[in-house]
Amino acid sequence: MYNLKEVVNKPNRLTSGHRMCAGCGAPVTINGVLRALKQEDNAVVSVATGCLEVSTCTFPYTSWKNCSFIHTAFECASATLSGVETTYNKFKKDGKIKDDKVTKFIGFGGDGGTLDIGLQSLSGAMERGHDITYVCYDNGAYMNTGTQRSSSTPHFADTTTSPSGKVSNGKAQQRKDLTEIMVKHNLPYVAQSALIGNLKDLYEKSEKAIYTKGPTYMSVLSPCPRGWGYPSEDLQTISKLAVDTCFWPLYEVCDGKYKITYKPAKKLPVEEFLKLQKRFKHMFKEGNEWMIEEVQKEVDKKWEYLQMMEKITNEEN
Amino acid sequence: MAIRERLSGNEAVATAMKQINPDTVAAYPITPSTEIPQYFSNFVANGSVDTNFIPVESEHSAMSATIGAAAAGGRVMTATSSQGLALMFEMLYIASGMRLPMTLICANRALSAPINIHNDHSDSMGVRDCGFIQLYCESNQEAYDNTIMAVKIAEKAKLPVMVCYDGFITSHSIENIMLLENDEVKKFVGKYEPENYLLDSTKNISMGPLALQKYYFGIRKELSDAMDNSIDIIKEVSEEFYKLTGRKYDLYEKYKLDDAEIGIIALNSTAGTIKDTIDKLRENGVKIGLLKPRCFRPLPYLDIPKELKNLKALAIMDKADSINGYSGPLFSEITSAMFSSNIHVNTINYIYGLGGADTKSADIEKIANKLQSIAKTGKIDKIKHFLINEKEEV
Repeated sequence: MYNLKEVVNKPNRLTSGHRMCAGCGAPVTINGVLRALKQEDNAVVSVATGCLEVSTCTFPYTSWKNCSFIHTAFECASATLSGVETTYNKFKKDGKIKDDKVTKFIGFGGDGGTLDIGLQSLSGAMERGHDITYVCYDNGAYMNTGTQRSSSTPHFADTTTSPSGKVSNGKAQQRKDLTEIMVKHNLPYVAQSALIGNLKDLYEKSEKAIYTKGPTYMSVLSPCPRGWGYPSEDLQTISKLAVDTCFWPLYEVCDGKYKITYKPAKKLPVEEFLKLQKRFKHMFKEGNEWMIEEVQKEVDKKWEYLQMMEKITNEEN
Repeated sequence: MAIRERLSGNEAVATAMKQINPDTVAAYPITPSTEIPQYFSNFVANGSVDTNFIPVESEHSAMSATIGAAAAGGRVMTATSSQGLALMFEMLYIASGMRLPMTLICANRALSAPINIHNDHSDSMGVRDCGFIQLYCESNQEAYDNTIMAVKIAEKAKLPVMVCYDGFITSHSIENIMLLENDEVKKFVGKYEPENYLLDSTKNISMGPLALQKYYFGIRKELSDAMDNSIDIIKEVSEEFYKLTGRKYDLYEKYKLDDAEIGIIALNSTAGTIKDTIDKLRENGVKIGLLKPRCFRPLPYLDIPKELKNLKALAIMDKADSINGYSGPLFSEITSAMFSSNIHVNTINYIYGLGGADTKSADIEKIANKLQSIAKTGKIDKIKHFLINEKEEV
């Protein structure tokens, strides 16, 4: 049984004193994932260039404890990790690493390093079937360089390269759905999580992802107070609204079988999620109601799709 | 006991890799180095190596995975050419900046555009400042020998090493070659025991940090110092290799240079054509010699100028153009080294063989004629020449 008090008493692998902003979802995501490691197991963490990397490993310091850490460049955390994992297997084969010693391999990247510049490297590593877990801490823009649009930026969001203006409504496109792209890589485990409640959802999915043999992928909604424009103490409120509006559905796909892991008792209108954030402020101006309606339609469509997938992939035949 | 064989350059290098038996190889096929991952995959498939091979989806990932594997503590190798090396560009600097030993086989090929699969040195010259040691090879034998030495040089210098040989001309031509026994190679390269690596079960480490103003410069200076100091390591490893094989490798090779009045400098396979032409010209009383750098990174900038000081005219041949309004890279660097050693020789630059354009004995004779005229008059009409046949001109 999951017990928050117990899991937070495990020694952290990303220790306090790092330089991430207050109210940032990323370090909560990272520690949430790494807590799912068995205490006796070691890990090598490969991080893409981004906020997380520059804020947690600034020479001569490192915030990474009880695990080894590697950063190489922006787009290649997965390829780098695949090299580490392959060499681990070689060392195991040679008896250079003892049989009873277990090391797990976990990649972390933001949506830029994962959905955009790092997509090829991720796709390659997943297709090759390395025994690694890749986690995208998705904050929906290039936050490290100051909130430029990414392919994960939500429709209509105001970013510094998709600003809303006299003739612009913010980002003109919908989000790329990488979770679904990962499902199509036929991975044994793919999941989407968020920072809600006692972080049980994140813990349980991380545990499955890390301890399922083969390549596994998780996307975790990791709000950014600066890029989204919300008070830093509202991290969990924002996350909860994202899942209660089904803007960010929580689900997992285990060997192709879909399971929605959280079905809100009352599905809230998407504007409840949007209205707390400065990046969507222009959507609430008079005459812009259609934007909210459009986003609502997109959210509903995805939610229906997931329900359908859950149904058809679990049918007995 | 040495083994007499007949192998192509790629076969020779793949054989060296088999004998080295690295922990991890990650590579992506690209002409003319494609055969390396092919041969190597066969070795893996048939159990003739213990290596784990990663068939990556691009050269960027090939270098990234190689970096990851080296950081993990493995002995690692990769191979590429041309666009592949260009795609690796970003990661090459990271490999050296992280001080990771590795061997990169580069079958030299032209860069696009236009796309061209044949040999010149634009690829490895394009990455000449990436912090890799660069060893250039004239023949299959040199490619084989340098591959074996590269492993040891890389691990002693804590620097990545690039072994460069001419695409098709060397990579695909079959030559007689002397191979070492497997055991001899195994003994020569020894066991790799890195000081710090990710999979060390006694300690966890962090690699690849952000380093700002206070530390970055110092770290980069250490890298630069390592390149400087690698000269002695290359000499030492080459000496050890000489004792094992009787094949002597210096930082550069001289051919009939000591009493020469005119000289040519060139890399890789063209040196063979030049040597042959020198023999012919010498029969006619032309005092001509060759200097062939083996080691371009680090550049033997103190030794090379001394070898040139008695020349009356010198041609430096570049199989790559810097497109800088001036000269090719070999010319710029060697004349600069001559200047700082206070040695003046009238020197001209030939850009030649781009995209595999043939370079014949007659072309070398043309250069020799030009040099003789410069030696006689003491005058240079122009610095940069293109060794291009009229029909090849657009």
